[in-house]
Amino acid sequence: VENVRLLNRLSSRRAVVGTLYLTATHVIFVENGSESRKETWVLHSQISSIEKQATTATGCPLLIRCKNFQVIHLVIPQERDCHDVYISLIRLARPVKYEELYCFSFNPKLDKEEREQGWKLVDLNEEYNRMGVPNNYWQISDVNRDYGVCDSYPTEVYVPKSATAHIIVGSSKFRSRRRFPALSYYCKGNNASICRSSQPLSGFSARCLEDEQMLQAIRKANPGSDFIYVVDTRPKLNAMANRAAGKGYENEDNYSNIKFQFIGIENIHVMRNSLQKMLEVCELKSPSMSDFLWGLENSGWLKHIKAIMDAGIFIAKAVAEEGVSVLVHCSDGWDRTAQVCSVASLLLDPYYRTMKGFMVLIEKDWVSFGHKFNHRYGNLDGDPKEISPVIDQFIECVWQLMEQFPCAFEFNERFLIHIQHHIYSCQFGNFLCNSQKERRELKIKERTYSLWAHLWKNRADYLNPLYRSDHSQTQGTLHPQIAPCNFLYKFWSGMYNRFEKGLHPRQSVTDYLMAVKEETQQLEEELEVLQERLANLQKSQSGNNKVKSKQQDRSKEFGLYTSNNSLANTPQEYSSDLKSFPSRSPSQGDEDSALILTQDNLKSSDPDLSANSDQESGVEDLSCRSPSGGGCVPSEDSGKDSDEAVFLAG
Amino acid sequence: MEFAELIKTPRADNVVLHRPFHPAVEGTLCLTGHHLIFSSRRRDNAEELWLLHSNIDSIEKRFVGSLGTIVIKCKDLRIIQLDIPGMEECLNIASSIEALSTLDSVTLMYPFFYRPMFEVLEDGWSSFLLEQEFEHLSSVTNEWRLSCVNKDFSVCPSYPPVVIVPKSVDDEALRKVALFRYGGRFPVLSYYHKKNGMAMLRSSQPLTGTNGRRCKEDEKLINATLRSGRRGFVIDTRPLNVAQQARAKGGGFEQEVHYPQWRRIHKYIERFHILQESFIKLVEACNDQSHNMDRWLSKLEASNWLTHIKELLTAACLAAQCIDREGASVLVHGSEGTDSTLQVTSLAQIILDPRCRTIRGFEALVVREWLQAGHPFQQRCAQSAYSNSKQKWEAPVFLLFLECVWQIHRQFPCSFEFNEHFLILLFEHAYASQFGTFLGNNESERAKLKLPQKTMSLWSWVNRPEELSRFQNPIYEANSLVIWPSVAPQSLQLWEGIFLRWNRPSRFLEEAEEERINIIKYNKELQAKVNVLRRQLAEMETDGEVQEEE
Repeated sequence: VENVRLLNRLSSRRAVVGTLYLTATHVIFVENGSESRKETWVLHSQISSIEKQATTATGCPLLIRCKNFQVIHLVIPQERDCHDVYISLIRLARPVKYEELYCFSFNPKLDKEEREQGWKLVDLNEEYNRMGVPNNYWQISDVNRDYGVCDSYPTEVYVPKSATAHIIVGSSKFRSRRRFPALSYYCKGNNASICRSSQPLSGFSARCLEDEQMLQAIRKANPGSDFIYVVDTRPKLNAMANRAAGKGYENEDNYSNIKFQFIGIENIHVMRNSLQKMLEVCELKSPSMSDFLWGLENSGWLKHIKAIMDAGIFIAKAVAEEGVSVLVHCSDGWDRTAQVCSVASLLLDPYYRTMKGFMVLIEKDWVSFGHKFNHRYGNLDGDPKEISPVIDQFIECVWQLMEQFPCAFEFNERFLIHIQHHIYSCQFGNFLCNSQKERRELKIKERTYSLWAHLWKNRADYLNPLYRSDHSQTQGTLHPQIAPCNFLYKFWSGMYNRFEKGLHPRQSVTDYLMAVKEETQQLEEELEVLQERLANLQKSQSGNNKVKSKQQDRSKEFGLYTSNNSLANTPQEYSSDLKSFPSRSPSQGDEDSALILTQDNLKSSDPDLSANSDQESGVEDLSCRSPSGGGCVPSEDSGKDSDEAVFLAG
Repeated sequence: MEFAELIKTPRADNVVLHRPFHPAVEGTLCLTGHHLIFSSRRRDNAEELWLLHSNIDSIEKRFVGSLGTIVIKCKDLRIIQLDIPGMEECLNIASSIEALSTLDSVTLMYPFFYRPMFEVLEDGWSSFLLEQEFEHLSSVTNEWRLSCVNKDFSVCPSYPPVVIVPKSVDDEALRKVALFRYGGRFPVLSYYHKKNGMAMLRSSQPLTGTNGRRCKEDEKLINATLRSGRRGFVIDTRPLNVAQQARAKGGGFEQEVHYPQWRRIHKYIERFHILQESFIKLVEACNDQSHNMDRWLSKLEASNWLTHIKELLTAACLAAQCIDREGASVLVHGSEGTDSTLQVTSLAQIILDPRCRTIRGFEALVVREWLQAGHPFQQRCAQSAYSNSKQKWEAPVFLLFLECVWQIHRQFPCSFEFNEHFLILLFEHAYASQFGTFLGNNESERAKLKLPQKTMSLWSWVNRPEELSRFQNPIYEANSLVIWPSVAPQSLQLWEGIFLRWNRPSRFLEEAEEERINIIKYNKELQAKVNVLRRQLAEMETDGEVQEEE
């Protein structure tokens, strides 16, 4: 469709005209205009909703909201075209078969071997070995090898050694969706562990001997402790309501040596609505500070983030400080449980704060344990009530931690944003389907590519310049402040206003420091080369008997000396003179050249710095965001010196 | 006046000091005329706390049996608690602190007693003279002159002895204009935008009154800053109705009939007690110990602090936009021209002028646009957020300015030569200091107090290389462009460095700062090394060539 206008939702002045293309996988908008022809590409799978608004004089507006928080506002001249686009997009954005998803057609031009290598980058067996299992207390169980016990669990599950197949199967029958307690994280240092499951089918009075034995086995696997915590991440009221449906929570009287604890994290529906409310605030045209803060508070979003963090902190503390094992569950044990287990692991183990470790963590707590990616993120057309930003919240928790512990993570904010993007993009196969079983049936690994390999290949972009593996923040358990700490949780504009660059800091410290580090590395290499060349030169020249005085004419005394005694000047003396040379001169004018060098190198290697030249364009952002409305200063002829100046419009 | 009279108990032993994020320490408490000194008994690493009495904003005492507890709330927003055994000692100490922290006379303040332990390399009192600024200006334009019309502070008591005005206006006219402007604050040059020759003026409101008085000289003065055929903008920091009401009290605004070449814009900036209340509410919210996330956000919202920040930044951006984008001259004023006016003119300069983003340039800006321009520091900064005094002249006007600078700094982290600590330092010293810089309400008072002779300037201390290094931004790269900040709510954040400074763990953030410095330092070292080798090699190679030629 031609002559489509792409509106900047902040300012009608900045609309651009271009052509809209629909392909099998993308919506593409190409700006008219010879020089730039800027293109906007949106994957169909990113589309969250499409809204056709009432036709106006200028055309028919079409609003496309994306799952990565991009909002695209188009105006299509002809109502019929608009309707066609609308209908097509509705169909394209809601595929019904996995085969329609982009990852099955996406081809990054890698050969088969590279693809296979990519999938091997994250290996969970290796990960459990790294944790220290199997060992005397934990073993791998093949009870679920054909998904016979629990179809949403992986085939390989770690359980206490004393838990026989009989106990596991018995316990699974007493748990929602048969999600029996299994190992999520094992702490080598003190044998404490984090296990996960779904809620027990206890109703008001039911009990299950095998389930009780299972929990007992978990406790025994940690000989240092005489009880375990059972953490139910739901609000107590929700858990009690579940009892009426024959589900519920563990009765402390029936289980020996458990301490039961509720941590009120709300369910997926509350979270979905909360995000919706927060996004409405983000979309406000020129909100006042009060509108924004009120809206943020009313959405409850940060409160929910804090609840998840608090749960993670509680578990990490139990494991690290008390040395007590924890069993975590919610209802089905695949949403809140995944959030909480992964936050706790992240706090406990520095490995998960590295780039590779973070991939492993998502693979372990989310992908392998059957987090329902397809349902939660609406990859295929499905029940809108199943959609909820569960992993988005986990990713935000990580960001909040990064803000509090700037040196503790190997990766930067961009890494998180790109992972979030690809959870919805369906460009890679990692997050397809709802369980390992479904993925195996679809032969995901043979037919699609792994995101982890893609991220790993570009890891230089995702590094946190402040991270040093030997830094104190990198070591051990992270202890976030508990109280008072509300103010530590901040709105993440880098994510939720990701596409409105005008709102973000115009200069990135991270990119600046990365550029400096990159330059540093080049300097290190150059230093080595120079030293080598110098040494060679010295060798060859010292072997040369015709050493000339000019080499030392910087130093007049020496120059004089050597010119007088050039013939007598032995090679040994020469080289010793040379050695003293650097220590005398570095301050003499090298600094200027050093400065020039920095600027040259940085300007070329750092896009954010060279973007300085764009800073003046910031004026437009300013004018459209300021409550003064109107934006530009009124033109000369518009003014009649009315008392109502244009700047007051807002 | 003897301080000793106020000190009933100069020393108490076995006192326990509590501070957030520090273990409690036992030690000895001493009171002197200007300091509260606490030193721990532990021999291994003796801890000492020196607190200026003038830094104490409020003090509370309570008793459990004979154990007294004093909670001291400071103007820099820190809260410390002292447990003092013995009811009498505790009462004595509390009343002494109260008396010593609320001394009436300026000349009893610490700066008059402070003797520096450092060698003065450069006297800060004469570091930033307007004459130097004018010299700089003269190199690009000859349309301005220095006027000494106010040399004995008779024309305008809150102006400095010299000001910069349009060349075409003589001192006689200035005297007349001064009578037409509130407090004698006639329009003077605040900033000259070299790029296009536009000027920013500041003044107080014109005294038009209800019958629309006019002053030809005033009109001539401000028109002298316009290019022929071009218009200028008057940015009035009051809402229209307030400006209109001001006429009843003899004030007013520039009416279009008399100022046809000027377009007036009302950009409301909140003042006085509203700001002070906002400040108090915000600090209360930050000290709230509850665990409830919602309460935090609504308290933050209810304080309105960030709203004031947003409004102020917007007004400053607007002024900058008029000058740089519209190529127009600007006159800024509110009522008195000593508060919101200065906030707008100084922030606009941060945006427009790269010089103001250097350490030296920023100091000059504070001197020129705040101290010399007659912002009444002593009144505004008499008390901070914990005081109950609620005097109408107290207001965190300067703090708001500093926070706006911080907000811009956050958005352009590589464009400022100084770091956050420098801004915090200025906040601290504006409220309590050993230096005389922020004493008095204007240059006239400072001259009467003989501050340059009797006290040390903050700049004398801070500009010493060893101090300066603490305030340098490691990632500074001079940026000659105008920097336009975003004023959207998503882009503005609470200034944690001030408001959460004492109630958040700062270790990890400090480590991050250290790491940043190290990265840059290591890079510079390597560069120096590589350059030496490069040159050495080049020399050897040319010599080698010479040899071969020979």
